[in-house]
Amino acid sequence: MTDESQSPDFHTIPEAAFQPRRRRRLQLVWIIPIIAAIIGATLAVNAFLERGTVITITFLNGEGLEPGKTKIKYKEVQIGEVTGIAIAKDRSHVVVTAKLGREAEGLLVEDTSFWVVRARITGGNITGLGTLMGGSYIGVDAGTSTVHKSKYTGLERPPVVAMDAPGRQFILHANNIGSLDIASPLFYRRIQVGEVVAYELDKDGKGVTLKAFIRAPYDQYVKSNSSFWHASGVDVSLDANGIKMNTESVLSILLGGISFQTPEDTNVAPPAKANSVFNLFDTREEAMRSPDTVVENYVLAFRESVRGLSVGAPVDLRGVTVGEVSKINVELDPRRKEFSMPVEIRFYPERLRASYRNKSQNGKPADSRKLLNSLVEHGFRAQLRNGNLLTGQMYIALDFFPKATADKINWNKSVPVFPTIAGSMEQFQTALMQIVQKIDRLPLEELAGDARQVIKTLDSTLKGADQLLRNIDAVIVPEARSVLVDARSSLDEAKKALGAAKQTLSSDAPLQKDLREALREMNRAAQSFRGLGDYLERHPESLIWGKKEEQR
Amino acid sequence: MKEQWTTAAEQGLCSCNACGLVSRLPQDDSTGCCSRCGSPLHSRKPDSVSRSWALLIAGYILYIPANLLPIMETGSLFKHRKDTIMSGVIHLWETGFEEIALIVFVASIMVPLFKLIALTLLLITVQRRSTWRTMQRAKLYRVVEFVGRWSMLDIFVVGLMAALVQIRSLATVTAGPGAIAFGAVVVLTMFSAMYFDPRLIWDPLQKERNV
Repeated sequence: MTDESQSPDFHTIPEAAFQPRRRRRLQLVWIIPIIAAIIGATLAVNAFLERGTVITITFLNGEGLEPGKTKIKYKEVQIGEVTGIAIAKDRSHVVVTAKLGREAEGLLVEDTSFWVVRARITGGNITGLGTLMGGSYIGVDAGTSTVHKSKYTGLERPPVVAMDAPGRQFILHANNIGSLDIASPLFYRRIQVGEVVAYELDKDGKGVTLKAFIRAPYDQYVKSNSSFWHASGVDVSLDANGIKMNTESVLSILLGGISFQTPEDTNVAPPAKANSVFNLFDTREEAMRSPDTVVENYVLAFRESVRGLSVGAPVDLRGVTVGEVSKINVELDPRRKEFSMPVEIRFYPERLRASYRNKSQNGKPADSRKLLNSLVEHGFRAQLRNGNLLTGQMYIALDFFPKATADKINWNKSVPVFPTIAGSMEQFQTALMQIVQKIDRLPLEELAGDARQVIKTLDSTLKGADQLLRNIDAVIVPEARSVLVDARSSLDEAKKALGAAKQTLSSDAPLQKDLREALREMNRAAQSFRGLGDYLERHPESLIWGKKEEQR
Repeated sequence: MKEQWTTAAEQGLCSCNACGLVSRLPQDDSTGCCSRCGSPLHSRKPDSVSRSWALLIAGYILYIPANLLPIMETGSLFKHRKDTIMSGVIHLWETGFEEIALIVFVASIMVPLFKLIALTLLLITVQRRSTWRTMQRAKLYRVVEFVGRWSMLDIFVVGLMAALVQIRSLATVTAGPGAIAFGAVVVLTMFSAMYFDPRLIWDPLQKERNV
């Protein structure tokens, strides 16, 4: 064994052991490329199958969209990707090209909608917060149509309710949109049951049509006689019971909303069909008024001013509203050269409940006509009345006026004309007029003539008096004057006498002086006498002996 | 320069592939086995060319999905991206890692392609019993053998990343279907190069001289 390696001798090299040749017809190694080919083919087929479809969506702007990054998601699951964004030729919008997976094929139908999901704060809720970090994506709402489509116009705001959400959509007509917006809530007994999904101005511009979606199971509470009203804001009413405040949820105060309810006193109505049309009332009161299925229109022709009467003003029957003013017109009667105010009213005869209802059980117009005719015969009239002295609001009162002149309903016109009676205001005016007329009827002119005569007599009397005075003046006055002159001279003399007396009596008159001097002298004499008396009292002896010498 | 040499095959000799013992082959057309270890003896690797071809063709087929399918899927809170080899290279280049981009480009795109083309060239020339630039072809073969394992760089990176970055919902890295195809390409070309018998390069020369 060792020799073999040491010796280069060819023959020492051991002979290989014999092994029969195994022939393989197909070498196993070729399986590898076949497998590779199969894998490659599978991948290729997969790629072909998953190639999906390319669609274009137009948006107003491409905010947040990035080719290759922005995903297209249906129910938050990625079904495709934006592959390119281009600006439309007229530069009014952007055209987004997107590649959708094969599984999305079924979604690409006519009424499928696309919109960009961005972080959004809409009335009461915040959506798309995830897009703040993960970037915007395109949301899809699958349509129900079967017509395939590959060019879409993207929505600028996400649809409020997904198309496949259980529930029903209803159409509401309103005068104005109020504070409602897309996604404004709908309440049923203050539970939020749906949203406003769309609104648009009516083509004639006379109202707004809203589409409201009510989720199942709440949609069953929408009956054919349900009423919808604006639940926005706070409703404060002041009545005999005090202040009443009525609100829906805080959310609806801030953002507005719609409420609906079905009148309870009526029979159970069938649930409304999807897309039924309802009126959206402004207030709950308006909406919850007992539904008036029978409406009769009448024209009331007033001759007086209808200032203060507005459309919607109540037609009142002893405090119960039985109708409302629907139209106020003005009409010139060319024959009588007079304006008349034909006021159209909607009269809800059903509100006259029992009596009326019983009589017009079948609701035949003839019955109600008969009844009304008899009422009018008994003086049933419409009258304009002042509802509020402060604001001057007027309303129409229906009442019996037994004194009213006979009249009847004119059924021949397209809108029957109901007889009216002058309103309280007018009555007042008439009364005033009567007074004025009475005043007018007074014989003022005769009176004035009499007065003039009186005045004339007075005048002559005064003239007589004047004459008299003149006579007095002419005859008596000169006499009097001489008398007066005499009087004056005597007075003068008296004055002189008085002046002399005055001189005599004045302090520095000589008589006075002398008198005073004499009095003083007398006083002194009296003193001397008193001194003499005193001395004599003490020295009686002096009478005899004389005055003693004064002792020192 | 034509050198004179005798090959073992010419002498009817064959060395055992397993234990290296040189044995004389039987004179008839049958094959033998090593008298020492009993492994089958072949003076040239059996079916070398066809096996090489088979693996090479498989490599070619898989090279297409390897480059077209995403090799790595990275998902994070912010974005989700799928990278094919080329898009990864472009991404690296664009984000400023030019050197790494170059390395990845060379290791993952140039090298496998080079190997595929080189092996194709070798196989065609061998099949055609060409005597064209034998020395350079031999060198080429050595380069192919040496460089083969380095193409696995990408696969290693993807494998490592996929294993390390698995923070659910925050960031995930998963190998895409392209990674499997790419790995398969690398392995298939390695095997293809292994099955190729470089001695076949020289055999036509021998025949030519004998003639």
